[in-house]
Amino acid sequence: MAHHTLSPRQYLILGLVAVCAPLGDSCLSRGMTTMPAIALAHPAALIAAVFTPWIAAGIALLIGFFASYLTALSWADLTFVLPATAFGNVIVAFLSRFWLHEAISIERWAGIVLITLGVGFVAQGPSLTQHPAPAANEHAVKEVETR
Amino acid sequence: MTISLPAAPLTAASNPWLAAAMIAAVVLLSTTGEVLTAAAMKSIGDLDVIRARSGLKGAIRAVITSPLFFAGVFFLALAFFSLLLALNHLNLSLVAPASASLTLVTNAIAGKIFLKENVDRRRWAAAVLVCIGVYLLAH
Repeated sequence: MAHHTLSPRQYLILGLVAVCAPLGDSCLSRGMTTMPAIALAHPAALIAAVFTPWIAAGIALLIGFFASYLTALSWADLTFVLPATAFGNVIVAFLSRFWLHEAISIERWAGIVLITLGVGFVAQGPSLTQHPAPAANEHAVKEVETR
Repeated sequence: MTISLPAAPLTAASNPWLAAAMIAAVVLLSTTGEVLTAAAMKSIGDLDVIRARSGLKGAIRAVITSPLFFAGVFFLALAFFSLLLALNHLNLSLVAPASASLTLVTNAIAGKIFLKENVDRRRWAAAVLVCIGVYLLAH
C-alpha cells in the first residue's frame, strides 16, 4: 500500500460497492411505490414497510453494499470511494439497455459519459491522503490483536 | 383580492418547499453519516490487514467497538428512513438524482473540511462531472 495503488481484490470490493447500492435502491423504490402513501404523522408505518419482500431484498443488498463500502473506506478516501458508488448507476443503465432492452435517451448517454469521465479522473489519482501521523492506525491494529 | 385556503392538506408533491426539505434532510443526514463512518474506518485502519491478522471476527469486533462508527450508522439510519419517506411522497426520478448528486458535492466539501482529505482539482472535477452525470442519468 506504499504507493496507494489498488490490488485486484480491492477493485473487486469497489465493484461490489458499485453494483449492490443501485440494485438495492431499485428494490426499495419498487417496494415503496407499490405501497399506499404514508402520512408524516404515522412514522411507524415506515417500520412495517421494512418487512415487505421488495424492501427486505433491497435491505439485504444494501447490507452487502455497506460491508464492502466499510472495507473500502478503511483503505481509501471517502472522496475516492464515492465516485465508485456513482459508477454503479452506469452499470445498471447498461444492464437495463442490454438485458432488459430498455431505450436509453441521449441525456442518459451523456450522463453515462460524464460519470465514467469523473470516475476515470479519480481512479488515476492516489486513493488515500497521506497524513503525517500514521501511528494511530498501527495502535488500533495492535489493540485488536491483543484482545 | 381573495385568499383561498388550500382545501386538501399540504403534500410534498404539491408543495415544492416540503419536497426540497425532504431532499435536504436526506442529503444532510447521509453526508453526516458518511463522514462519521469514513472517520471511524480511518481510525480503525485497513480492514484487510486486521482480518489477515485477527480473522473476520477480529475485523468485525474492531468495527463494532468504535463509537464513531455507531454515530455514523445512527445518522445513516436516519437518512435511510428519510429516503423511504421521500420515495413514498415524491417520484424516484426526482429523489434519486437530486439526493445522489447533491450528496456527492456536500461529501467533497465535508471530506475536505472534516476528514482533511486532499480534494485536489482532479477530485473536484470528478465530483462535479459525476454530480451532473447522475442527474442526467436518473432524470
